[in-house]
Amino acid sequence: MQNKRWISLFVENEVGVLARISGLFSGKSYNLNSLTAGTTEDATISRMTISLTSDDQTFEQIKKQLNRSIEVIKVIDFSETDIHMKELMFVKICNCTGEDMMEINCIIDALNLELIDSNTHTALLECVQTENKNNDLIDLLVKNFGGRVEIIRGGSVAIEVIK
Amino acid sequence: MKISGADLFVKALMEEKVDILFAYPGGQAIELFNALYGVESIKVILSRHEQGLVHAADGYARSTGRVGVCLVTSGPGATNLVTGIATANYDSVPLVCFTGQVPTYLIGNDAFQEVDIVGIVRSISKYAITVRNREDLGTIIKKAFYVAKSGKPGVVVVDLPKDIQQKLGSDLYPEQVEIRGYKPNTAVHSEQIRKALDCLNASRKPIFLLGGGVNISRANKEMTLLAEKTGIPVITTIMGKGSIPTNHPLYVGNLGIHGSYAANNAINECDVLFSIGVRFNDRITGKISEFAKHATIIHIDIDPASISRNIVVDIPIVADARNAIGALLDKSISLDIEDWKEQISSWKQLHPHDRSQNSVSGVTPQAIIHEINALFDNVIITTDVGQNQLWTTQFLEITETKQMLTSGGLGTMGYGFPAAMGAKLGNPKTDVISICGDGGMQMNIQEMATAIVHELPIIICILNNGYLGNVRQWQEMFFSKRYSSTCMKRRESCPVICNTPSEDCPAYTPDFIRLAESYGAKGIRVQRVEDIKPALLEAKAAIKNPTVIEFIIEREENVWPIVPPGNSLADMIVGGENRNAEQKVD
Ligand SMILES: Cc1ncc(C[n+]2csc(CCOP(=O)(O)OP(=O)(O)O)c2C)c(N)n1
Ligand SMILES: [Mg+2]
Repeated sequence: MQNKRWISLFVENEVGVLARISGLFSGKSYNLNSLTAGTTEDATISRMTISLTSDDQTFEQIKKQLNRSIEVIKVIDFSETDIHMKELMFVKICNCTGEDMMEINCIIDALNLELIDSNTHTALLECVQTENKNNDLIDLLVKNFGGRVEIIRGGSVAIEVIK
Repeated sequence: MKISGADLFVKALMEEKVDILFAYPGGQAIELFNALYGVESIKVILSRHEQGLVHAADGYARSTGRVGVCLVTSGPGATNLVTGIATANYDSVPLVCFTGQVPTYLIGNDAFQEVDIVGIVRSISKYAITVRNREDLGTIIKKAFYVAKSGKPGVVVVDLPKDIQQKLGSDLYPEQVEIRGYKPNTAVHSEQIRKALDCLNASRKPIFLLGGGVNISRANKEMTLLAEKTGIPVITTIMGKGSIPTNHPLYVGNLGIHGSYAANNAINECDVLFSIGVRFNDRITGKISEFAKHATIIHIDIDPASISRNIVVDIPIVADARNAIGALLDKSISLDIEDWKEQISSWKQLHPHDRSQNSVSGVTPQAIIHEINALFDNVIITTDVGQNQLWTTQFLEITETKQMLTSGGLGTMGYGFPAAMGAKLGNPKTDVISICGDGGMQMNIQEMATAIVHELPIIICILNNGYLGNVRQWQEMFFSKRYSSTCMKRRESCPVICNTPSEDCPAYTPDFIRLAESYGAKGIRVQRVEDIKPALLEAKAAIKNPTVIEFIIEREENVWPIVPPGNSLADMIVGGENRNAEQKVD
C-alpha cells in the first residue's frame, strides 16, 4: 500500500552529499515529496528530513540503500514514531481589496499565522504548521483568492517528541 | 617532513602494497606520473585506451582478490573509465581509480579538460570524492582502499586536483581510518542460522543457489564441504559458477535465461531455496511471480539491500558468505533427499548442456571449450559478452585451479581481452585465455600493443561467427529473422535486406591473423576440427607473445536452452535441433 513516510537522516556534511542522496532517489525511481537539509550542532554532520510516498517493500529498500551510502551516518524511520513536524511556508496575496484584507486577517487569527509584511493591497503570511495544515490552507486561499496567491514552501523538518 | 601531494600519493600506493598500476597520463596527472618515475616497486602498465586499463585492473582484482588501481588524467581520461567503473562496481570488484583534475581554483570554470567525474560516477561507484584539502589526502586514499575492499567490494574514485598534487604537506599516511557511516557487517547472526537449519532439516527438495558472493569471499572450499556434508545439489548463477567444482557430482548447472534444463526445473520444484551471495536479477529469475514459488527462501548476503529486493526472502542472513558457510559447517544436518537427487539427475540426463552443436567443420564452441577443459589445468579464462560468454559459462569446467572472469552484471562487450591482461599480470605463472566474439574483440583490440610490450602470453580465442551473434539470435527467434545491423561482414555491396549468410558473403574485416601479426603477435586461423588442439597447444607453449586464435564457427549457431522474455524458467525452449544431423539423414 502506498503510504506517506518520514525519514530523518544524519549525513556527513560533505560537498556532494545532497546530490548523492537525491540522486539515489531519482536513479532508482523512488518517489520523493520533500527533502530538507541543514547542519546540526556538530558542524561535520548535516541532518535531513525526507518525506516520501511508497509501499512497504520499496520503503524497506530505500532505507537499506540510504544506509549503504558511505556518507550516511544514521537513518531513522519516523513513520511510526511520535514526532514534532513543521513546515515553513510563505504566502503572498496580491491585488487585495479592503474586504480581502479583512478576510485575510480573520484567517491569520483563526489559524495562528503571522502577517510579516504588507502594503495596502498585498499581504505576506508566514505559516509554520504541519504539512497537512499547510495543504489545507493552500486549498482555502486558492479558493478565495484564486490566481493572486503566490506560494513558497520549504519542506518539513521533524524531530522525535520528548517522552 | 613536508612532501608534495604527488609524493604522498606514491607513498600511499607503496604502503598499500600496490605492485601494478594501470595508468594513462595527461596534463592534470603529470605530477603524479612524475612522482612515479623510476619507482621500482610499482610496475606501471601503460594501456592504449583508458577503457582497456580499467578492465585490466578489474581482471587483476578479480583474479587475485586484491584491489586493482588505476590512474588517469582529467576530462577525457576520466570519462573513458566510466564503462569500466560501472562494469567492476556492478560485479563487486574492488578498484581504486585516481583521476587527475584541474586545480581547485579552476573547478567550475569550464577549464580545459574539466569534467565533474565525481558527479558522473555517483550512481555507478561505491564512493567517489574530490580531494579539496592537501591535508586530507592521506586519509582519503586510506579510506578509498578500505571502502573498496571491505563489505561488498566496489569501486572508489578519488579525484585529485592538480594543486593538491603539487602542494607540500604532511607525509603521514594513516594506518587505519574510521568511517562513522560505514560499518560493514560480516559476523553471522546465530539465531538466523538456526532457523535456516531447522528449515533445511525439514525439507525434502532443498537446493543451493550460489552467486558471485561465494567466489568473492573465496569460500569455495568451505562451500564444497557444505554441499558434501548436506548432500544438497548446487545450482549457480553465472557469477557463482565455480563455487564448487563444476565436475562435482552435486553440481547441477547454471540457472537463468540460458541456464540448464535441470537447474531451471529444480528451482521450480524445490521446497527450500538456500541462496548465498546472489541478487536475484531478472537474468536468473525469468518471470518473477513464478520463480521458486513452492520454496521457502533462505538468503545469505553481505549486502542488506540485496535481500528481499526482487524476491521476498523468508529467512534473511546478513553476513559474509564465508563466515556464514563456516557457521553452517559447525552444525549437524541430516537429510533424506535421495528421491529428489534422482529426479535432478534424470533431468540432467534428459537435456544435458553438452550435446553436439551444428557445424559442417566441427569447429563448434562446444568442441573448442571442451579442448580447453582438457588441455589446461591451471588457468584463468575471461569471457567477453554475447554468445561466446554464454557458451563458455555453459561448457567451461571450473575446478580449484581454474577460474572464470566475466562481466555478469553490466554485460560489457570489450571486457574480456583487457581483463585477461590484468589477470596475467596478477598471475604470471597461470595460463590465461580470453574467449571472445568477433564483435567484442574489436572493442578493445588496441590493447594488443599493451600485451605485446609487456610480453603477456595470453591466448585470445575469437569465436568468429561474423555476427553480433547474441543479438542476431534474438532477431532470429523473436523478430522474424530480421537481421538488422548485426552482420559484421555486411558491406555497401550487400542487398538492403539479407538474412541468409552464404559462401558469397564479403570477406571479414579485419583479417584477425594479419592484424595479430602486425602487432607482433602470433595469429592462427582454425577452420577444421583437427586443428583446434594443435592451435591451443602452440599458444600454450608461447612464453612472451600473445596468440590470437580465430576459430571460424558456424555463422548461425545458437545458444540453448533459452527462456523467452517474460516466461517463467519452466517455459524454456530447449532447442538445439541439429540442422546438420538432419541433412545427413536426408
Ligand atoms: C558495449 C556493449 N555494446 C552492446 C552490447 C549489446 N550486445 C550484447 S551481445 C552483443 C553481440 C556480441 O557480438 P560478438 O562480440 O561477435 O559475440 P557473439 O555473440 O557473436 O559471440 C551485443 C551487441 C553490449 N553488451 N555491450
Ligand atoms: Mg560474433
